[in-house]
Amino acid sequence: MEEKTTIPECAGDCSTRKFEAVCAILKKYNHNPENLIPILQEIQEQYRYLPAEVMTFVANALDVNPARVYGVATFYAHFALEPKGKYVIRICDGTACHVKGSMEIYNALKRRLGIKGDSTTTPDMLFTLETVSCLGACGLAPAMVINDDVHGQMNGERAVALIDSILQTEAKGQANGN
Amino acid sequence: MEIEVLNQSRLAFAQRKDKSTKRIIICAGTGCIANGSMKVYDAIKAILIEKKLAADIVLDTHDDREHVDIAGSGCQGFCQMGPLVTIEPEGIMYVKVHAEDAREIVEKTIENNQVIDRLSYREPGSGITHPLRKDMDFYRLQHRFALSLCGLINPEDIDEYIYNEGYKAAALCFRELNPDQICKLIKDSGLKGRGGGGFLTGLKWELTLAQKNPKKYIICNGDEGDPGAFMDRSVMEGNPHAVIEGMMIAARAIGADEGVVYVRAEYPLAVKRMRHAVKDAMEKGILGKNVLGSGQALTISIMEGAGAFVCGEETALMSSVMGRRGMPTPKPPFPAEKGLRGKPTVINNVETLATVPRIILLGPDEYKKIGTAKSAGTKTFALTGHVVNTGLIEVPFGTTLREIVFHIGGGVCGPDGVVDNSRLKVVQIGGPSGGTLTTEHLDLPLDFDSLKSIGAMVGSGGLVVMNTDTCVVKNVAKYFMQFTQRESCGKCLPCREGTRQILALLDDIVQGRGTLQTITDLEELADAVRKTALCGLGKTAPNPVLSTLRYFRDEYIAHVVDKCCPAGQCEALTPPAIDPTRCIGCGACLRKCPVGAISGEKKKPHQIDVNACIRCGTCATVCKFQAITGVNA
Repeated sequence: MEEKTTIPECAGDCSTRKFEAVCAILKKYNHNPENLIPILQEIQEQYRYLPAEVMTFVANALDVNPARVYGVATFYAHFALEPKGKYVIRICDGTACHVKGSMEIYNALKRRLGIKGDSTTTPDMLFTLETVSCLGACGLAPAMVINDDVHGQMNGERAVALIDSILQTEAKGQANGN
Repeated sequence: MEIEVLNQSRLAFAQRKDKSTKRIIICAGTGCIANGSMKVYDAIKAILIEKKLAADIVLDTHDDREHVDIAGSGCQGFCQMGPLVTIEPEGIMYVKVHAEDAREIVEKTIENNQVIDRLSYREPGSGITHPLRKDMDFYRLQHRFALSLCGLINPEDIDEYIYNEGYKAAALCFRELNPDQICKLIKDSGLKGRGGGGFLTGLKWELTLAQKNPKKYIICNGDEGDPGAFMDRSVMEGNPHAVIEGMMIAARAIGADEGVVYVRAEYPLAVKRMRHAVKDAMEKGILGKNVLGSGQALTISIMEGAGAFVCGEETALMSSVMGRRGMPTPKPPFPAEKGLRGKPTVINNVETLATVPRIILLGPDEYKKIGTAKSAGTKTFALTGHVVNTGLIEVPFGTTLREIVFHIGGGVCGPDGVVDNSRLKVVQIGGPSGGTLTTEHLDLPLDFDSLKSIGAMVGSGGLVVMNTDTCVVKNVAKYFMQFTQRESCGKCLPCREGTRQILALLDDIVQGRGTLQTITDLEELADAVRKTALCGLGKTAPNPVLSTLRYFRDEYIAHVVDKCCPAGQCEALTPPAIDPTRCIGCGACLRKCPVGAISGEKKKPHQIDVNACIRCGTCATVCKFQAITGVNA
C-alpha cells in the first residue's frame, strides 16, 4: 500500500482540475481498490452524482481499469451518473407500499412536477423523482422520502401538498436572496 | 466468572436505575421518527427539565435525589401506531403521541400515576382500551425472544445492554468454552439461519472451524433487501450490541479475528447505531486486540451497501465487500471453504446472530422447547399490508396464520379501513423468493418444513397481507417479477433473460393479450429458470409466479379466457367508462376521440362505446376532471 499513497501527478485528465476533495477521500481509504464502494459513496455525497471525469481520476489514482469503476458505479442503484435535483423524492415501491397504492402517489407527483417520459429530474434542477425498493418503513405504508426525511401513510394529495410547501419555501428563499 | 469491565458497566447502570423512579422510553425507530417521535422526545424532556424532574439536570453525580429517566429506544414494533411512548416500571404504552401531549403525560402519568385514556390503545374489534403494553393483543400473543430487549433499552447505551446480561454469553464463550463446544451447543439447539435458506447454523460453523486456514472471517448479512421486510433493520436499530455479541460468539466458534457487518444503504439509522455500538465495544475492550481479557483478537467493521438486492446472496455480498460488482459465484466452493479474500468465512443473518447469545445463556435444551420439533425457536415477521396492526412481531415456529393475521394483526381491512376478515385473499410470505398463502392455510402451523411442503418458504420473514381488491397476477406475480428482473445481476442467462421473458408473458396476461398457451409457457419457463439459474436469487425468482399459479389458476384463466380481472385491477381488462359524477359534459373528450367512440349532450355526462374504443388514452389525457376510468392517460 505504501507506494500508492501519493497520487500520480497527472492522473487522468486533471491538468486543469485537481479534485482536491476526491484526493482527500482517496487518502482516507488508503488508495485501496477494495474500498471502491465507500470511496464512490463519499464522492457522491460531495458532488451529488459521479461525474465521468472524476471516475476516470479515481481509476487512475487506484491503479485500476476505468471500466471497473464505471462497472461498479452502474451496478449499484445508489450511484447516479447524472446530477440530481436539490430535493430527491423517493417513493417506496416495496410490497406493502405497492399494495397500498404507492404508484398513485408517484403518478400524482409526476403530474404535479411536470416530469415527462424517461427523465426523472425537473428542468430547474429542483426535484428528482424516483422509486426505491423497500425503505423498510412498511409499517407506515405507503411511504416516501424527501432527501432524508421519511413521510409515512401518504396519498397523492398529501404528497402534492408537501411539494407545494417546498416550492413556497423555495420561492420565499429566492425572494429574500434577491 | 467476573470480568471487571462488565461489572463496572453493570454497576454504573444499576446506580442510575436505582435513582430513577420512572422511565419514559420514546421509540426512535425509523417508523416512529418519521411520525415525529423526536419532537415528542424534545417536548417531554423540556417539561421534565422545567419541573426539575429529569436526570440531566442532576449535575452532581453524588446527588441522591430521585429523578425521571428519559431514553430513546429502537423499534418497539407497533410502527403503525407511532410515535410510541412506554412508561416503566408500570409498562404503560401510549400510542400516536404528539408533542402537544407531553405536558399531560408528565403531569398526569409521571407525577400523579394516572393513566391517560385518550392516548391508550383501543383494540379495533372489541373497542376495549388497554393502557398496559402487556395486555394489548398485538404484544400479548407474541413471544419476543430475539427482540426481547428491542424497544425496551437505549440502543446507544452499552451499559444498559450489559446490565441486561449483555456480553455475558460472549464472555463465557471466550473465557470458558472452546470452539468445538460452542459449535456443538448451537448445533444441538437446532438454530437454523433466519435469512431464508434455513441451514443449521451450528453445522455451518463446524464446517468452517474444520478448515485449516489460520485467517477466517465472520460476516453479518444485514442486506435485507426483500420488499416488505424490516426485521433486521429493527434489530440493528433496537439492539445493535446483540448482533455484535452474536458475531463475537461466531468468531470464537470458528476462529475468526475479523468481522464485517454489511448493512444496506437504505437503513441510515441502522448504520449509525451499529457504528456507535462497535465504537463503544472497542473502547471497553469487548472488541479489539484482547477480547474481554481472553488474549484473542476481534475487530469488526461496518460496510454500507449501495443498493443491490443480489448482494443479500452470500457470494455476491463478498464481492461487494471487496469493492466489486455484487455478482454471485457458483457454489461449491462454499464460503466455509473459500469466502472473503479466499479465506474461510461464515455469513450469518442479523436475526440469527442476535439470537445466538440468548441460546448460549438459556442452553440448547430449553431453547428447543420453543417452536416445533424440527424448527426450534421463534421467528420475527414484518407484518404489513391490508391488516389493522402493522409492525414487527415475533412468534414461536408453529404459530398459525390465523393467530398472526386475525389476532396479533387485529384482522384484515378493506380499502375503507373497515375490519372484515372475510376479505382476506393472500398472505405473501418471504418476499420475491417466497410464495403465497391463502385462506386454506389459515390453520397451518408455520415452520420451515410446513411452508416448504406448500411451495412457500419462511424467507427472511416478510408477511404482506392482501385483501380481495388485490389481483394476484398484477399485484403479486408481475410485481415481484418486475422486482427480480430489475435486480438480476445479469451474470447467468436463465435469470437475466428468463425473468425478462416471464415478465413479458405476465404483461401479456395483464394487458389482455394472453391465451391459455401463455399460461403453459409461463409455467414451463418458470420451471426452467428455477432449475437452472446460478444463485438463490434466480432459483427462487419464479416462486411467486408458480405459487400464484398453484392457488389462483382460476384467476389466471379469467384473465386470458374471459378477458376480465376479477379484482378489477388490470386497466386493460376493465372496460373504459366515464364517471357520471365527475363528468361535466364539456365535450373535450368527444372532440378529441380519434374514432368517435364518445357521445353525449353538452353539459350532461358523456358515454364511451366500449366496442368502438381503441383504448388510446386520448380522452383521459384531455379530461380535466379525471372522469375517465379504465384507460391510462
